[in-house]
Amino acid sequence: MLQALFYILIFPGFLFVSLFSFFTEYVDRKLCARFQNRIGPPWYQPVADFIKLASKEDVVPHLADRRTFEYAPVFALAACVTAFLYIPTWSKEALFAFDGDLIVVIYLLTIPTITFFLAGWYSRSVYSMIGAARSIVQLFAYEIPLLLSILAAALLAGTWSLSAVTSFYAHHLGYLGFNALGFVVAIVALLGKLELVPFDIPEAETEIVAGSFTEYSGRLLALFRLAKGVELVVGTSLVASVFFPVALDFGPIVGFVAYVLEVLLLVAIISLLRSLAARFRIDQMINLSWKVAAPLAFAQVLISLAVKEALHL
Amino acid sequence: MPTRPRRVQIPVGPQHPALKEPECFLLTLEGEIIRESGVRLGYNHRGIEKAAESRTYIQDIYLMERVCGICSHAHATCFIQAVEEIAGLEVPKRAQYLRTLIAELERIHSHFLWLGVAGHEVGFDTLLMYTWRDREVVMDLLAALTGNRVNYSMNTLGGVRRDITADQKRDILEAVDKLEERTEYYVGIARDETTLIQRLSGVGKLSKEDAVRLGAVGPTGRASGVPRDARRDDPYAAYADVEFDVVTSDHCDVYGRTVVRLLELKQSYRIIRQVLERMPEGPIAVKAPRKVPAGEAVSRYEAPRGEDVHYVRANGTDKPERVKVRAPTLANVQAVGHMLKDGHLADMPIVIAAIDPCFSCTDRMVSLAGSDRPPGVLTWDALRRHGIAWYRERGIDFADLSSRLARPEER
Repeated sequence: MLQALFYILIFPGFLFVSLFSFFTEYVDRKLCARFQNRIGPPWYQPVADFIKLASKEDVVPHLADRRTFEYAPVFALAACVTAFLYIPTWSKEALFAFDGDLIVVIYLLTIPTITFFLAGWYSRSVYSMIGAARSIVQLFAYEIPLLLSILAAALLAGTWSLSAVTSFYAHHLGYLGFNALGFVVAIVALLGKLELVPFDIPEAETEIVAGSFTEYSGRLLALFRLAKGVELVVGTSLVASVFFPVALDFGPIVGFVAYVLEVLLLVAIISLLRSLAARFRIDQMINLSWKVAAPLAFAQVLISLAVKEALHL
Repeated sequence: MPTRPRRVQIPVGPQHPALKEPECFLLTLEGEIIRESGVRLGYNHRGIEKAAESRTYIQDIYLMERVCGICSHAHATCFIQAVEEIAGLEVPKRAQYLRTLIAELERIHSHFLWLGVAGHEVGFDTLLMYTWRDREVVMDLLAALTGNRVNYSMNTLGGVRRDITADQKRDILEAVDKLEERTEYYVGIARDETTLIQRLSGVGKLSKEDAVRLGAVGPTGRASGVPRDARRDDPYAAYADVEFDVVTSDHCDVYGRTVVRLLELKQSYRIIRQVLERMPEGPIAVKAPRKVPAGEAVSRYEAPRGEDVHYVRANGTDKPERVKVRAPTLANVQAVGHMLKDGHLADMPIVIAAIDPCFSCTDRMVSLAGSDRPPGVLTWDALRRHGIAWYRERGIDFADLSSRLARPEER
């Protein structure tokens, strides 16, 4: 019981994921700044931001639905941290695993988007409501390519458990090459999921202020920002565990270092992409998802099935 | 049964991240599509025209520079040209060339600034960071030549206040080479960068007929194929002595406006090189009288944002009787509503930004002839009472607001 609480609250649960998300946020901001020819923040900036926000007053709009407004960030954070417990990171086994946890992780990662929608919708401000509607529209655009690209990798491994997928690829490293297409689709869909440039449409600053978060301030905003940071960690960890399960056979320390490096590499790719592009419009984003990303993900599924057939797995 | 989508009205401004100055665009949305739009100006009226009437001509030069922070030389020169015409002053050639030089440097910094803002409006912050870094080259140059990064105070009645040395001439040529190289890079981005092109082309359409009908000026008009440029149509300063092309485009959209501004930068480099090469020796100013004889004049000037028009009426004293400033944004803002219509909400920031608006320069007070409200002077207290009553009529009571905003448990 005590051990379970330790797992959930301290390591590798809430505390670790939160601190790691501060670190990845720093790496992301620093890299992005360097790509843009700026100096960038010092390493403690994300923590300082969090403390500053947490010490500020929470203002709940008069017309907002108070309960939804206050619970939404908590649910977002809880869902992200829970999802992390099912993702194998520095070993081949996640902390908790069962057959079908792949679907659970994807489902848990959908909850933050739903909370963004609810938070924005029940803020009752025009900017938040438009941002909320855009969050949901974007969800329908990126969710299918993301799910399909991960599903394709799972199909080849022949299991619905993330831990089993990871150990399958850890033993057959050569098979990772078959998933290259799926990896590209997953990264693009992940950008959409994390609402980062070029897909930061739901919180496009110059159009709708901050989208769903327009009315948020203080602790609640700090929680939402933390949830988004954790979502970045969990999203990249998921992609890393499915597409890069390397160096897992050399004990927990090597595995842990490899895991951190993989996540940082993915974060670097994301920073690069977001400093290279202009923001898409929501219709362009949907076209890209359904006309390019989804067919490519389907192609990846077919490739996986063909490879499976050819290799008699 | 298809139902009509619900329309939502959203205010963009007076305070909004897309806008750098207070103004208000009321947009009526049907989903993500803008169906109607209304523009409200007047949030930043500073009474500069009135203030000019109570200051001497020399003081007014400095006041006019502060009409706009970006095109400060434009307004000062435009004003001074009108005064010089009334006073019958013959400005020395060298001074004319120097004014042209500063004018073109100002255009370069303004267009670089615009390019960065445009990048930011479409969520392309890297472009903002890059262009504003490169803009520092011309800002440093302006500071070295005039002593200031903005509000250069280069003009005086009858000429300019500072000459340039041979060393400075060399610095200018070096900086221009560097800027030209960077401009080529940005032209490349505008030509090749797909996400940027997708966001800019076909957005904010303004046909040539509409541009003429709505009176669009400057790069906004030229991007719709209207070849109007005061520098060529009505040459002032040294523009009659240099060769340059009036850049136009037939894209008629935001992409066209970007291309026009980028290519205008290259024309500016061309003009600067010619100005430095052909600048004659001689005095940089003639002595101007303190009092200007009675008369009136209109002066035109091609500011970075479009044609700037100043009207000055003199009455024989050392102060003007009337000054009227028509900033280019006033001519272009009429077209914005037209460009926004039936466009996406996501394109609103870039469509507004594409005219390179400068709203503080544009705000004027208008009192309607025949209006039932008599013009008069409101004291601060009376204005405050009026404001409270105005909101109370509309159901907002600020006296009550703090208690309404408080949390239920604190009530």
